Amino acid sequence: MKKVMTGNEAAAVAAKLARIQVVSAYPITPQTVIVESLSEMIGRNELKARYMPVESEHSAMASVIGASMTGARVFTASSSHGLVYMHEMLHYAAGARVPVVMVNCNRALGPPWNLYCDHTDSLAQRDTGWSQYYCADVQDVLDAILIAYYVAEQAFLPVMISMDAFYLTHTSEIADVPDQEAVDIFLPPFKPSDKLDVNDPKTFGNVCGANLFASIKYGRHRDTLSLEEVWDRASTRFCDHFNRPHPAVEAYKTEDAYVCVVATGSAGGAIRLAVDRLRQEGVRAGGLRLAMVRPFPRRAFEKAIPTARHMIVIDRDVSFGAEGILAQELKAFLFDHHRDVKLTGFVAGVGGNDISTDTVVGLVQQAILGVGTAVEAGTTLWTDVLP
Amino acid sequence: MNENARLERELFTPGHLGCPGCGAALGMRQTLSALGEDTIVVMPAGCWSTMIGIYPYSCLTVPVASVAFASTAAFASGIKAGLSIQGNDHTTVLAWAGDGGTFDIGLQALSGAVERNDDILFICYDNEAYMNTGVQRCSATPPGAWTGTTPDSAPKDQRKKDIVGIIAAHRIPYAATANIGAPEDLACKLKKAKDIRGTRFIHLFAPCPTGWGHASELTVEIARLAIQSRVFPLFEVFGGQTWQLSPMADKTSVDAYLKYQRRFQKMSAENCLRFQVQVDEDWRQLLNKCRPQVPVTQN
Repeated sequence: MKKVMTGNEAAAVAAKLARIQVVSAYPITPQTVIVESLSEMIGRNELKARYMPVESEHSAMASVIGASMTGARVFTASSSHGLVYMHEMLHYAAGARVPVVMVNCNRALGPPWNLYCDHTDSLAQRDTGWSQYYCADVQDVLDAILIAYYVAEQAFLPVMISMDAFYLTHTSEIADVPDQEAVDIFLPPFKPSDKLDVNDPKTFGNVCGANLFASIKYGRHRDTLSLEEVWDRASTRFCDHFNRPHPAVEAYKTEDAYVCVVATGSAGGAIRLAVDRLRQEGVRAGGLRLAMVRPFPRRAFEKAIPTARHMIVIDRDVSFGAEGILAQELKAFLFDHHRDVKLTGFVAGVGGNDISTDTVVGLVQQAILGVGTAVEAGTTLWTDVLP
Repeated sequence: MNENARLERELFTPGHLGCPGCGAALGMRQTLSALGEDTIVVMPAGCWSTMIGIYPYSCLTVPVASVAFASTAAFASGIKAGLSIQGNDHTTVLAWAGDGGTFDIGLQALSGAVERNDDILFICYDNEAYMNTGVQRCSATPPGAWTGTTPDSAPKDQRKKDIVGIIAAHRIPYAATANIGAPEDLACKLKKAKDIRGTRFIHLFAPCPTGWGHASELTVEIARLAIQSRVFPLFEVFGGQTWQLSPMADKTSVDAYLKYQRRFQKMSAENCLRFQVQVDEDWRQLLNKCRPQVPVTQN
């Protein structure tokens, strides 16, 4: 059924459709609507689940990990400082191989305090072992959460679904809400073989020696790498059921593109419009929206850039003292496969600055012609900087 | 109970990696005997997270989750929520943390769980310092005690945090102190705690020969001296309101308790006296709390 809803409402609806059993969360703007909606659904008995109003994000993640270890399907959501406060438990979740699904609302980190969109919060968690998927629109939020449970429970690894603060969390769009029966067929109940069970006592997370430690981490690394393939299979299966594709990389007119604009999140729409305008002006441009950032979707990316000579990366984040985090990711990929491709990295749209079609066209022109308003710092060019 | 019957109930098998004479080892054995096999143990960083053995070995025959330091109570609450939504309301979820993991880094999560009245049993085995990292001061360390971060040149001045008072102030259904030197009292409190729903907290005194500098065969003796001197009196608190003393031998001075332990050896006579004064003051206050309340008549 088609409904008008915000990204936050879509996240709550998806969690309900996934028949989550334990929700534990701590409020933070702009995530609050998600957990308020879920507590309301549970209060009204529309969803049979436990709601844990914990005293911190660290405890939110700790408690959903514990609940997941008993075989329950769990959910939490956070943002910005809340996500960063969870950092220790993010490592723990992936190490414990629990299929936790979390929604993160991408918001800037202070100081200075700022409630608006920025990707540094979740990209700073890229080494925790979570799969990371960034949504393009409200429908993507709803669908990606359902796919995420399927993927997480296949691989026994946690998945983070991120959406841009306010651009998605608080923006209403039309979304198709699937029937519960159809979702139940797509997403079977979670039945782990290893769990905390007094009839089959096991230790979880016990101390282990050096040899075994390396083997366990190696196995986890391999399994995490395989998540691109697991996501592909799951999203294909989802498309078979619901007729909506959610690939790890969304390519727009890249088949013959010379210049490729790369970004993640809700800027994908502006990039498509910019690509159309640039093509009218005679630039062979294409757009790539990285939906999956961890693991880096090497196979999909390779397929999407057959003729690219120049990558223009727009980071809504920065690794201070280095450069944009996506730019680093892409450079690592290009170094292995396409050392002759040029890369220009921009930092744009941080702290709620808009990435409009004009912004993207301007950045591409600056990358090609060397003239524009973005200012240089090391290997990055920053937009929206006061003179 | 004959030996076979006792062994049948023994959920703590040989091979723990604790120090000889470890009070916390005795405490776990006594606790699991009372709680039985329908128990899941959650333990944070601390002596016990290494004492259970190196994977794949474990000296405990119940499920164990080794968790992040600050997360114990929240983790345990999550386990309970997961079990409960799947229809299991009988399994005891035991959060088993040291004093550092309870008084210091674990206090926020513990306060949250108690305030929500999550159905877990939280036991703090208290050896009065960060022992697993090699004896450093924490907020459970008594004044004057030597630790690696309160050396003789800079002794600890602050008094031990009143953890049961803090937890009781949450109006917790059941809180109690217990001592590995009084196993019958501990078993009785565990049985009581097991049958109460909501959060239950037991502060379990567990001497540490390595950190306190006493002979390993004196663990139980020192634990008993702590009760007798009222350094660690035994009591229960119901609903955060009704305080009740547990049976204890007649009160003695703290001298015998202090003299067996190297950590108090450099304590000045003045500080020993101050320690006695503080113990007496705490004991008087506890007696006041435990006095039956006189009903107030309103005219």
